[in-house]
Amino acid sequence: MPALSTTLSSDESPPLAAWSAATPQRGYVHAGRLCPWFACAAAVLCSIGLFVGLVVAQTDPHQHEHYRIAFIHTPSLWLSVAIYFITAGTAGYGLVRRQRFLSMIASALAPTGALFAFLALWTGSLWGKPIWGAWWVWEARLTAELLVLFLFLGYVALQEGIDDTRRADRASGLLALIGAFGLPLLYFAVFRWSGMYGAAPQGLSAPGTPVIGTGILLMSLGLLAYAVAATLARLRNVILKRERNSEWVIQNFGARP
Amino acid sequence: MNWGSWSEFWAMGGDGLYVWSAYLVAIVVIFTEIAVLALTRRSILEHLGRYAKIARMERKPRNDDSRF
Repeated sequence: MPALSTTLSSDESPPLAAWSAATPQRGYVHAGRLCPWFACAAAVLCSIGLFVGLVVAQTDPHQHEHYRIAFIHTPSLWLSVAIYFITAGTAGYGLVRRQRFLSMIASALAPTGALFAFLALWTGSLWGKPIWGAWWVWEARLTAELLVLFLFLGYVALQEGIDDTRRADRASGLLALIGAFGLPLLYFAVFRWSGMYGAAPQGLSAPGTPVIGTGILLMSLGLLAYAVAATLARLRNVILKRERNSEWVIQNFGARP
Repeated sequence: MNWGSWSEFWAMGGDGLYVWSAYLVAIVVIFTEIAVLALTRRSILEHLGRYAKIARMERKPRNDDSRF
């Protein structure tokens, strides 16, 4: 690695203020160091979690085996929502304080968040079908989760669709912020609405035995570790792409003359 | 241990279609993401190699006539 002070201009001119000009370079190195640890933790925790959930946990007298979807559904659901608010927070803060490294983090988080939002909807639908008798109901949580998926997809589309990084960050950060305020509103609106005009179907919930709780906890931690690992890996890609004009990238990743 | 045999495990008490399609899709999606991340990194590095060559040539000081 060259000295940190060799970091020069980026492709944005004038460059946006950051914590320091070397933050992306440092972030790249640290992300590369941390990523394998989180990946290993994810593999171990998910393996144990799946074993507990699919093999050890007892058949439930009411839900039979359907509830086993919870081991993937519940972690995906809370992870997608958590990642959404973290994305909106980092993107929004990066926008306001003009710290482009935060926008890079947000940009790295969003696709993984979209993945978990999709998984939560897909598995929720498979779980809901035998219980509600329908693949989809317009219930507060499901509607909010659908909005989370659309917001993530919109965020990624704006990031990919706008060539100018600064404008892309501004547009997608704005979308993420609007969504972060809109989500709770929508949730409570649909909650009220379905309460007044029709019986809201009962929520999906796994039987609360200690073994099942342990399985869900293990899967949650494992998928959280996976989300961190995937985000760090993507962050490295995003940094290289955005910093391609800076000296440290050219010196370390350029073809040998 | 909840299952007596492998076939019992795969059948999931008749709910196998629901349970396994949830897990199958999860696994496919996650491994697709991993593959996409690796492929993206490779293509970025490839581009950077080409890109850096041009940048280096352009940044050569004017009085450096070693190329001629």
